[in-house]
Amino acid sequence: MSVLRHAARVAWKDLRIELRSKEIVYTMAFFGALIVVVYSFAFPVKPDLVRAAVPGMLWVAIAFAGTVGLGRAFDRERENDTMRALLLAPIPRLAVFLGKAAAISLLVLLVALVCAPLLALLLDVDLFAMPAELLLLLVLGAIGFANVGSVFAATLLKVRSRDVLLPVILYPILIPLFVAGTSATEAMIAVKPDLDKLWYWIGFLGIYDAVFLVLSMWVFEALVIE
Amino acid sequence: MSNKGIPVLAALAAIGFVVTIYLVFTYAPLVEDPVLMFNQKIFYYHVAHAFMLFLATAVCGVCSLVFLKTRKPKYDDLALASAEVAAMFGAVVLATGMIWAKAAWDIWWVWEKRLTMSLLLWLVLVGYVLVRRFAGSSADRLAAGLAAFGTVGIPFIYFMVDASDHHPKAGAGGVAATLPPEMKLVFWLSVLTFLLWCVALVMSRVQSARAERELREIRERGLDAGLFT
Repeated sequence: MSVLRHAARVAWKDLRIELRSKEIVYTMAFFGALIVVVYSFAFPVKPDLVRAAVPGMLWVAIAFAGTVGLGRAFDRERENDTMRALLLAPIPRLAVFLGKAAAISLLVLLVALVCAPLLALLLDVDLFAMPAELLLLLVLGAIGFANVGSVFAATLLKVRSRDVLLPVILYPILIPLFVAGTSATEAMIAVKPDLDKLWYWIGFLGIYDAVFLVLSMWVFEALVIE
Repeated sequence: MSNKGIPVLAALAAIGFVVTIYLVFTYAPLVEDPVLMFNQKIFYYHVAHAFMLFLATAVCGVCSLVFLKTRKPKYDDLALASAEVAAMFGAVVLATGMIWAKAAWDIWWVWEKRLTMSLLLWLVLVGYVLVRRFAGSSADRLAAGLAAFGTVGIPFIYFMVDASDHHPKAGAGGVAATLPPEMKLVFWLSVLTFLLWCVALVMSRVQSARAERELREIRERGLDAGLFT
């Protein structure tokens, strides 16, 4: 269990830096909010149209804001070359990965929790008809995103064109996650909520997260070497 | 892999290509379907390319995982070669698939199951090629990671497309299963031709990848030894 304890320590370190500077939280959340505002100008606000488009809007906003935050979170480790120190630390590499991924999933979740109410407010959609299910969905989405994202952001750390390569690598892999999130949200906010569909996609997301978590834990050490 | 095999394979593929194209237009019967008719001929190339796309992708995925675990560069060369070849075959699959869609259903793109899967697979492959080109010295690791994640993601794409397939079921499903024997012969000949072609391409790409790597290593050794100052 020491892996988990070390992971928690790495995560807490990241979160504490974030709590002191609040750089990523503020910029990411504001960026997410901006995307939502851009949406409300870019698409005609008609009730039936909005209901069909909002799930996609939510998840695209999470994807964009999440990518920005992800890049920044790992840039921080690059600036003072602290990633090397982390990797040299006498703890399993697995713990470094898990800690990083946990901290980033919290940040992504936070952005989602900013974007969702804003979408509901600006576009007048009842996103919160099933608050518990929505939260579960967002948590699963944030975990999956942060998990795959951390692996590749960490690997890209030393690459010059990392900012463009990160989405190029990430999005094709994450497409199932976004489709699952969008479809589940769609089922949730439909005029007649489709519970079977909702739980199918939540299950899908859960399995996606589990499989990719195992794969990440398996290849992280091979990918991130100095 | 020897150098000599490549010209032989390429020559066989060239002969096969001429023979297949002749047989496709003279020997294989026209389909009864009034809409498809002559357009159905593209099937011999489309499906053969799709087979090669999936074959080369599988090779790339397996080699990438093995490379990540063993760090033997020969697996990396093979993964790189098959990914590039798969990306090329994928482009042909998408182009011919769109032509088929236009002819059969009068629309260029439908979110049909296999088309969607091919598109998503192709996107991963294009990402792989981009990473290879622009990621500098850690390109091999990154690309291997992408290939590993992409390969593991394939079942998810399958189930995802399966569940969200709300478009009308396309008619292509029945075509491959119920071929008359003449068509089947031409079809498998076409698959064989493109298999030879695919293997020849991968082999020659492996060789150039290996040559590039060896040159780089020699150069680094030279730099270490104080040459080229």
